[in-house]
Amino acid sequence: MDLGLLGQYLLNGLMLGMIYAMVAVGFTLFFGVLDVIKFSHGDVLMVGTFAGLATYLGLESVGIDSPWLQLLLVVLVSVSAMAVLGALIAKFLILPLKDAPPLNTLLATLMLGSVLRESVRLFYPNGSNPKPFPRLLPTDEWSLGTLTLRVDNLILLAAGVAAIVGVHLLITRTKLGLAIRAVAQDGETARIMGINFEWIVLLTFGLGSGLAALAGVMNGLYYNETNFGIGLLLGVIGFSAAILGGLGNVYGAILGGFIFAGLQTLGSVALPAVLPSVPSAYKDVFAFTAVIVIMAWKPTGLIAEKSSERV
Amino acid sequence: MQRRSFARFTLATAALVVAGAFAATPASARDTVKIAFIGPLTGGVSVNGIGGRNSTDLAVRLRNADPKSKYRYELVSLDDECKPNVGVQVATKAASDNSIIAGVTHYCSAVAMGTVDVYHKFGMPVIVWGAVLPEITYGNNHKEIHRVNGTMVNQNEVAAKFMTSQGYRKWAIIHDTTDYGKGHNKYFSEYLTKSGGQILGTFGVTADQQDFTSELTKIKELKPEVIFFGGLTPLGVRIRTQMDKLGVKAQFEGTSGIKSDAFAEGLGKDLAEGSLSFIEGAPWEKLPGGLVFTGKYAQQKYAEAPEAYGPFAFAAANMILDAIEKVGPNRKKVRDELNNAKNVDTIIGKVTFDDHRQNIVPLITKYVVQDGKWVVWEDSEYGKGKRKLMGR
Repeated sequence: MDLGLLGQYLLNGLMLGMIYAMVAVGFTLFFGVLDVIKFSHGDVLMVGTFAGLATYLGLESVGIDSPWLQLLLVVLVSVSAMAVLGALIAKFLILPLKDAPPLNTLLATLMLGSVLRESVRLFYPNGSNPKPFPRLLPTDEWSLGTLTLRVDNLILLAAGVAAIVGVHLLITRTKLGLAIRAVAQDGETARIMGINFEWIVLLTFGLGSGLAALAGVMNGLYYNETNFGIGLLLGVIGFSAAILGGLGNVYGAILGGFIFAGLQTLGSVALPAVLPSVPSAYKDVFAFTAVIVIMAWKPTGLIAEKSSERV
Repeated sequence: MQRRSFARFTLATAALVVAGAFAATPASARDTVKIAFIGPLTGGVSVNGIGGRNSTDLAVRLRNADPKSKYRYELVSLDDECKPNVGVQVATKAASDNSIIAGVTHYCSAVAMGTVDVYHKFGMPVIVWGAVLPEITYGNNHKEIHRVNGTMVNQNEVAAKFMTSQGYRKWAIIHDTTDYGKGHNKYFSEYLTKSGGQILGTFGVTADQQDFTSELTKIKELKPEVIFFGGLTPLGVRIRTQMDKLGVKAQFEGTSGIKSDAFAEGLGKDLAEGSLSFIEGAPWEKLPGGLVFTGKYAQQKYAEAPEAYGPFAFAAANMILDAIEKVGPNRKKVRDELNNAKNVDTIIGKVTFDDHRQNIVPLITKYVVQDGKWVVWEDSEYGKGKRKLMGR
């Protein structure tokens, strides 16, 4: 295999990994502040994609057709709408269940996920059909031997890196981040120190959900297509990635996302090469099996919580 | 006295109203007979399902408007979502309802395969209008199952011969891992090797897969001249889009499964250009009955196009209606009548069922996307040599 192709696999894997990592970071943030697993996260991502798509269609119908302006508004509307939705979910579904067994939160959010999914399917016009997502990014490409670099893919990668770095800086360098970390470490003590516990929880859920919406729009721009079901698999993969890296640890989530994408890519390339009778369709089976093996080896994830600091 | 005259007045009015109702709707004298349509009305391939439903509906409407018809027909449309489990549910619903005499059933092969036993068990005659897996008719000996469209065996034979005659030699195959995709892979590979083509790699993918970049990167490494795709429109759109993103330069060859307007629309004019598809039957646009069909279809102002298999659904519905007209609304009699169909004139040409109640379709039509529309190969600028397929 030549270098160009290797680079192509790497790029494909990076792109997938970026989207997984962004979903996984959300899971890890939620677990950090409240010790809950919010299973509707993937579906929030999907709703974010559809919100972006609807914004685009709205802009088209009022005659705004500059792609950059469209892109900006699509991202803004999608991210802010999902940040609000995330905060609302936290306020009305997760916080009231704070003192209930964690299983209740998990089940409640799992059901909320189905509600969101079915709502888009039933109430978005022709919601059960796959929707073409607009091509808003420039499509210039450079060929370096067998490697094809496309401007849109590079922009998406850069945007993903920027978003993750942004979240990281927010958590480590700002007062808000300090408050989030304080709540993650010990909610009661943080409250005594004068931190508005509820506000921080809502903000964290808004942050994670906004990040998911961005991942959803990126996913749409990358594949130029979306459908009401994308959240389900992305949610499960994002959750596995978060677990793989060590739930509660942001770096772990990012690492987990890229590892999962790497496993999938490896599965689809190596499986048919080693066992010719196994089609590449088994790549998810391969990746999830590998996750199970890794979890058996390191039950607390690759980057385990050293102390009770979780974010 | 006054009360009695009021009663008389009421009676007279009532009689008038009833008489008026009879006079206004003479059709109610005809018995109502139900037939079913089953296809994917939601989901990724719903455009084809809705096209088939509209075409069946058209057949029923035209028959109801015909003063010579003995019955008034009612169409029961059910959605199989192109999912075998849902298909079995709705097929059972239709088949267990004895007031439904026969059905025009299924676009998706995996669904049609799952439901054949249901129709057999309940004794409901059906005509398959779109699913192309050979085993639907040849894998059983159920007298209830008929099919007007051809099987994928014929289309893949023509596809392999045609493509090798164009000078292509090296293929990569992507197929979905349902019965449908696997069948296409099997028959196309078989005929391709016979015609002298070489298969560099075969990739089975799941029917709802989103990301094909690693398969396509592998294919890029293999450098095929043609990528053959055995599957349906949504996956076809994704694969063709991602081929472009990865800079995979190869001719895109699909099956009857991608011959829908949704394929060309989903990709846009530029990306869809030059994609190929093969479908059983004569190009119905050219048959005299085909023009009548498109004319009548347009008159009914359906919001959606009939799509590739609409004419087959229309033909199937008409055969069922003819049978009911002839032998009456009785499942067994209708089944036997359909079993014996020979040289029946329909808009898709003459229909003759063989010993497995499979229509023998000798002709396969080749289509190519030209300027965002599927065009019969011979009429296209490609067929006339003005445009070239990729790599030619």
